Amino acid sequence: MKKSSIIGIVVIAIAIAIIISTQNSASSYVSFDVAKEMAENGSNKKIHVVGELKKNTVGQVIGVNPSPDKLSVSFVMLDDNNLEQTVYYNEPMPSDFLRSEKVVVIGSYHDDKFIADKILLKCPSKYEETEL
Amino acid sequence: MVHTGIGNIGHLLIIISFITSLMAAFGYFKATNNNEVGKSPWVSFSRAAFIFHGLSVVGVVVTLYIIIYNNYFEYHYAWSHASKNLPPYYMIASFWEGQEGSFMLWLFWNALLGFIIIKTNRKWEAPVMTVFAVVQAFLASMILGVVIGDLKIGSSPFLLLREVLNDPIFLINPDFIPEDGTGLNPLLQNYWMVIHPPMTFLGFACSLIPFSYCIAGLWTGRVKEWIRPALPWTIFGTMILGTAIIMGGYWAYETLNFGGYWNWDPVENAVYVPWLIMVASIHTMITFKKSATALKTSIILVITSFILILYSTFLTRSGILGNASVHSFTDLGLSGQLLIYLMFFLIISIIFAVRVWKQIPSSEKEASTYSREFWVFIGALTLSLMAFQVLIPTSFPVFNKIIELFGGISTLAQPANQIEFYSNSQVWFAIAVALLSGTGQFFFWKKMDKEKLIASLTFPVLISLLLSAVIFIVAKIYDPVYILVLVAGMYSIVANTKILLELLKSKSFKLVGGSVAHIGIAMMLIGIMFSEGYSEAISRNTLLISKEWTDDQNQTNIPLFLNEPSFMDKYEITYRNELMKVYDIPGYVKKSNLNNTEDPYYKVVKQDIVVDGKTYAQAGDTVYLQSPENFYYQTDYKDLETGKEFTLYPRIQVNPQMGDVISPDIKKLWGRDIYSYVSVKPNFEEDIEWGEKQEIEVKAGQRFFINDYVADFNGLERVERMSFATLGPDDVAVRANITVYAEDNEKYLAQPIFIIQNGQVGKQPDVIKEIASKISVESINPDAGSVTLGLNTTQKDFIIMKALEKPHINVLWIGTLVMIAGFIIAVRRRYVEFMQMRDKGVE
Repeated sequence: MKKSSIIGIVVIAIAIAIIISTQNSASSYVSFDVAKEMAENGSNKKIHVVGELKKNTVGQVIGVNPSPDKLSVSFVMLDDNNLEQTVYYNEPMPSDFLRSEKVVVIGSYHDDKFIADKILLKCPSKYEETEL
Repeated sequence: MVHTGIGNIGHLLIIISFITSLMAAFGYFKATNNNEVGKSPWVSFSRAAFIFHGLSVVGVVVTLYIIIYNNYFEYHYAWSHASKNLPPYYMIASFWEGQEGSFMLWLFWNALLGFIIIKTNRKWEAPVMTVFAVVQAFLASMILGVVIGDLKIGSSPFLLLREVLNDPIFLINPDFIPEDGTGLNPLLQNYWMVIHPPMTFLGFACSLIPFSYCIAGLWTGRVKEWIRPALPWTIFGTMILGTAIIMGGYWAYETLNFGGYWNWDPVENAVYVPWLIMVASIHTMITFKKSATALKTSIILVITSFILILYSTFLTRSGILGNASVHSFTDLGLSGQLLIYLMFFLIISIIFAVRVWKQIPSSEKEASTYSREFWVFIGALTLSLMAFQVLIPTSFPVFNKIIELFGGISTLAQPANQIEFYSNSQVWFAIAVALLSGTGQFFFWKKMDKEKLIASLTFPVLISLLLSAVIFIVAKIYDPVYILVLVAGMYSIVANTKILLELLKSKSFKLVGGSVAHIGIAMMLIGIMFSEGYSEAISRNTLLISKEWTDDQNQTNIPLFLNEPSFMDKYEITYRNELMKVYDIPGYVKKSNLNNTEDPYYKVVKQDIVVDGKTYAQAGDTVYLQSPENFYYQTDYKDLETGKEFTLYPRIQVNPQMGDVISPDIKKLWGRDIYSYVSVKPNFEEDIEWGEKQEIEVKAGQRFFINDYVADFNGLERVERMSFATLGPDDVAVRANITVYAEDNEKYLAQPIFIIQNGQVGKQPDVIKEIASKISVESINPDAGSVTLGLNTTQKDFIIMKALEKPHINVLWIGTLVMIAGFIIAVRRRYVEFMQMRDKGVE
């Protein structure tokens, strides 16, 4: 076999290996019910859930409970299917949290509790002001 | 008064720059097709158009800067990126905080580079500048701000506030101008924000040069000749972009508290990927110059790196990364335009390449395993695969979008633990790169066969194994992957040093760029391995800080009470005070020594501020703070083994836009960095729980105790002006002056205020957190000549601190400098070569 063919095969093999390993490690954007199902089926994979904080009729955020020492926080989040879920986060509440337009939590279910390892916030006014 | 004129000028200049770039593109296109060189009509016309274009770009930049500098807050851009209290050197940073400004920066660099090309390379001017002018037209269209029907082209930075915001105030008063801007995000008020963006965009701009030469070569049939003039610029651009990437990493390390210098965030990846391809392209281009192979690979790599830069622009600016990145981007609605920009150049490049692909020479016979070409090719392949591994997951949001477009559902997300995921793969590529960069050098300089190879490799292999073994024992490295990294890195250093010495011996100083750069890269690799692989929390703690925290959080954070020494690693550490920075006063000032006024930027000094015997402010003076949102936490370290002392000032920034932002302070030691930050700062003013109030009656000059500290009551003093209340003619306000003697001969002044306003009694207590006490004036007893003070106490002020040790991180930074030095030597060599050939009339 020619050397270039061998190199070609090796490169393709590595590329495929990269794609497969990426596939395996990739997380996914899911809703809370799918996440729960995954956890019940024994998967402990961390997933992403996109949603919003629960708000009352006048648009105030409700259900956010920082722990007494403020070192952690739990909050109620609605995913894109409007499914409600209490999320626990073992870090102090990010201060612009209540102003966030959208929240992405990355974590998984541990015995019915959704524990977030990381939170990404999308704030309307993060870099550009939109109101006087 | 609303300054509409200057904005109109700016907008007009943008339109002019757009039109002139189109004119230049058209003219240069014509010139290329007519094979015109030098002072022919089309070339002269296009050159004038491009110079006009460049000047109007400069004009746009100047106009926007004037608007920012003069605080014309009627302009949306100035209002949302600048403010009155912004120091002048950060005004430059406001300029490119917004997307529009950063496009302008890019335009500016491209225009400048265009001028250099026109000046230095007449022969290639027409086709190369065609590509330049088209790119400029695309970039200018991004800030064009023209609306045709429903179609909005670009987003102009010269929009008035009233054109952007739908605020009712503009209905009442269209000429309303806000008092102050919302400012540059305090987190970005950092010198890195002044130098990192221009560096990055210069890197982006430089990638255009090799691309333009490549397209020009394919277009005019000079499929080989483009390499020589393009090569110095490829190396230069790679150096600039690489430096910019490292600068960004250093910035993140020093200020942003990502916990490290690299986070594998999609935004970081988007620049890292094209950089790797640029590095690969340098190598194939050099190989081609020596032996006429690797031409096709070079063409593909040069085109790919430019397209990847455009792709990264698309990723970071279109809002597509919204759910994937911690960096948030404002979507200016330019996604469509950005996509057209990307697709245009992708398609054009493919067309140009395919058209002449058959005419591109490639060597018939295969490169031998003992040839330079073979190893450089393998190296380029490795770098490309390295880039590919990062590119795939970074592109997930794009895949999802594409599948959605075709009606499917795709929910791929970044791996939950990004850092682990990327590092675990990248490390293997890095090992391969290090081994290749060591071995490749031998093939590069000499003709090799099996015997010669073994002869020249034996020595470096032995030396590097020996050195690695020593380090391995001394530094106690037991992880097998890290041992491999170490051996590969050492091998690259030793092998390249050997080559370097040989070159120096033969006095070929100009040729050492490659080996120097490789030594730098290998040092960086070893530095990264140590500082990341062996980064460890030294703030070990056995106390339970919070039940809500994980074991790891509890064990790696240490609570520090004010003035109470604790022990950590080999240090005795003491939290000393909460401090602020005052303009024109060196060092820091105690927060407790500053009383608030209505304006957060101005504070009143309670006790004289004396630094090194010089009095900078006296009691009662008003001082100015440039960044009143920054608080520093002085922690004193004493090395228990050597007795050496040092102090760190980690910062918390109460950022109005992002919440509390934690920044570390770093102690650079020879073998390691101590990276410490305040992980939690309980809000002393708000969250405090006070004990029961005790009342005590004191007379002027009397000594008493507050929370077991000795205190002197120095009497009452009438206050004329109050910051929180307006006093009428019949109102009275008095202030009690109390001196408290605390630890380390520190004195504090407590000044509780007692007011009688409209017949009502008001009290403003003073909190001295250093002695954990709140002191108020409860009543004044004229008959007894005394006052009754109310005293509340609480637990001592504390912070929760985390400290990490980053071993041998200096190797990474030194390696970076070595790499840059190598690049500079190489750029010089290749540029001299180009100039010699050009002056001979070859190019």
